[in-house]
Amino acid sequence: MAKLITIRHLRQLGMGMLVAVLMLAGALPSQAAVEHAPPTADHSKFRSLEGPFETASDVTEACVKCHTEAAGQIKATTHWTWLYKHAETGQTLGKNQVINSFCGMAITNEPRCTSCHVGYGWEDMRQPPPEADSAVDCLVCHDTTGEYWKFPTLAGDPTYIPREWPKGSGKIVQPPDLPNIAQNVGASGRANCGSCHFYGGGGDGVKHGDLDSSLVTPDRSLDVHMSPDGGNFSCSDCHTTWGHSVSGSRYQVNAKDTLGIDVPGHTDLSRASCESCHGGAPHHKEKLNDHIDKLACQTCHVPAFARGGVATKMWWDWSTAGKLDEEGKPITEYDEHGHLSYLSEKGDFRYGENVLPYYAWFNGTVEYTMIDEVLDVENPPLEINRIEGGPDDPDSRIWPFKLMRGKQPFDTERKTLLATHVFGADDSSLWSNYDWPKALQAASDMSGMPFSGNFDFIETRMYWPITHMVPPASQALRCGSCHAGESRLAGIGGIYIPGHSANPWLDRIGWLVVALTLAGVIIHGLLRVVFRKRKQS
Amino acid sequence: MSRVLVYKRFERFWHWLQALLIFSLLITGFDIHGSYSLLRFGDATQLHTIAAWSLIVLWLFAIFWHITTGEWRQYVPTRKGLFAVMYYYLIGTFTGAEHPYRKTTKAKHNPLQRLAYLFFKLVISPIIWVSGLLYLFYNDWPATLTGALNLETVALVHTAAAFAMLVFIIAHVYMATMGHTLTSLIKPMVTGYEDLDEPASKS
Repeated sequence: MAKLITIRHLRQLGMGMLVAVLMLAGALPSQAAVEHAPPTADHSKFRSLEGPFETASDVTEACVKCHTEAAGQIKATTHWTWLYKHAETGQTLGKNQVINSFCGMAITNEPRCTSCHVGYGWEDMRQPPPEADSAVDCLVCHDTTGEYWKFPTLAGDPTYIPREWPKGSGKIVQPPDLPNIAQNVGASGRANCGSCHFYGGGGDGVKHGDLDSSLVTPDRSLDVHMSPDGGNFSCSDCHTTWGHSVSGSRYQVNAKDTLGIDVPGHTDLSRASCESCHGGAPHHKEKLNDHIDKLACQTCHVPAFARGGVATKMWWDWSTAGKLDEEGKPITEYDEHGHLSYLSEKGDFRYGENVLPYYAWFNGTVEYTMIDEVLDVENPPLEINRIEGGPDDPDSRIWPFKLMRGKQPFDTERKTLLATHVFGADDSSLWSNYDWPKALQAASDMSGMPFSGNFDFIETRMYWPITHMVPPASQALRCGSCHAGESRLAGIGGIYIPGHSANPWLDRIGWLVVALTLAGVIIHGLLRVVFRKRKQS
Repeated sequence: MSRVLVYKRFERFWHWLQALLIFSLLITGFDIHGSYSLLRFGDATQLHTIAAWSLIVLWLFAIFWHITTGEWRQYVPTRKGLFAVMYYYLIGTFTGAEHPYRKTTKAKHNPLQRLAYLFFKLVISPIIWVSGLLYLFYNDWPATLTGALNLETVALVHTAAAFAMLVFIIAHVYMATMGHTLTSLIKPMVTGYEDLDEPASKS
């Protein structure tokens, strides 16, 4: 009986505590979701948007009748030119110029790659994008219905007839209802930016690691800013725009924002850094603020990436592409987690979820290995991009990165990287005939870069700064994640981390002296006991 | 022989609180250093900092007390009888010899003790104190200091001093058992009173 009562009491106590905890949780100040002002125009009331529209380009023509400067603004941005002149390194970067460790270069794979161009009909990247204002794609950024989708193989256009995608899947993509979409345009949301930026590298989450479709409606624990239960931010709440030019660059990162909170009239109004809103000393605990000079916010506040259930590609070995099964058909293999591990078109992959970042000093400047750069092929892995910075550089901080690794083709005679013509309904693309020499030669013809005809594969690395997927502060790294023998920052160099760094000689000598003292004391004590006994006897 | 007050109330309070704080600092300090992992790093640093500030306050009071009472004279070093005491600890204690030093309230530490405590007070403690404060306020160093010092050096000095402190404590605790009986030297540190060859003090 006594036992029963005890258990019941315990249960009541437990329930009571649970209720108390829930009440406490309810009483905690919840984050207010960001409110966006109501629009001043209801686009469904515009007669010019009633349609019918033959193509999406016709919608743009209607848009620019009122928004007279919009197309010109877009055409001045990196989103349009795919060119970026780097102020620090002098390199001309941008999708038009760089090679990466995913599908190589955009220029050899249009119209697949140009399907993400913020325009229509850029079918030949050797030429600049089409010049007409109506070639600008307004809808990809301003559609609020979710019905607008740039078809992957149409150089930026949606499909205007029912089409199968992915090829061979039996799934049919229907043409979009353009008048409905045009009448429901609005401010860009997460899904708009995500329709391209979440799918870089050829699939959901493949490229960045901290950008994938899980961020369309993320849980608070995945992204406290973008979660509808958190700040419900759109991308542009931080990536503020100025005449359609979006702030925040991966080529020239603001690795240490010393401007602090951006106040109108005082600073540049770009909010694409944590400090823009949180300032330079955001922690209540002073000692945490003491870390800000050396650590990027993201280093502690993005404990892992690819946390939303979408895996990201960590390894891509092109050298094994092209194997076919006994019937001469392409092979598809999956790993134990159900992620792709081999495709005849693309070679071997390793995907990762909840990946711990790679950490490095970074001052924000990224230099690229350009396609015509002569490589040090004797010392792989080769760095496709190089992140600048170091412990003695006051503009540098320790940043988290996704370290993308893999193998990709290079010219053994000219010692340069090689672009691959992977996509194309022609006879020369890798994905149509699995013939490397043909695909590389075709890419050379398309890009204008010479190819000796001799090639091999070299291991490469590429660094992708991690900055999204910030969970609530309670999920940030603990002190011991770095201040421990097994530290996340092991090998970072140039910084003394208490609890991790130590002079081994001081420890050896120190503990030796302590041990000798202890031994001396014990021997002395034992001798005292022995001599006392002798005296007594 | 008579019972006299050797260690005054504040002196005992200072000694035992200092002992507690130094043990806490050693335990948390070597945890922070990474020698073992008893506590979480954040908790260890927090405890270490609280104990350090407490010890600094205690020291300020102790310094004031030593100066105002003139008790600092107890630590003035002397060579007179030093070798006799050393000989006693090395040989005499085993052969049954008497301790050569006669303790009085005016000179309650033998010459070896004076040296050891003086070293503790003038070398180990100040080094730990200064290096610890530099460590704690590393982010607020003035520019002149930043050019001349780095955190690694400060941590190295602080840790070296901590090893010296640990060695001191091992020897100190052991030697506290070397009176007539195991506890005869420790008891007065608790009660304050000891039987000495001098007239009973009036406290």
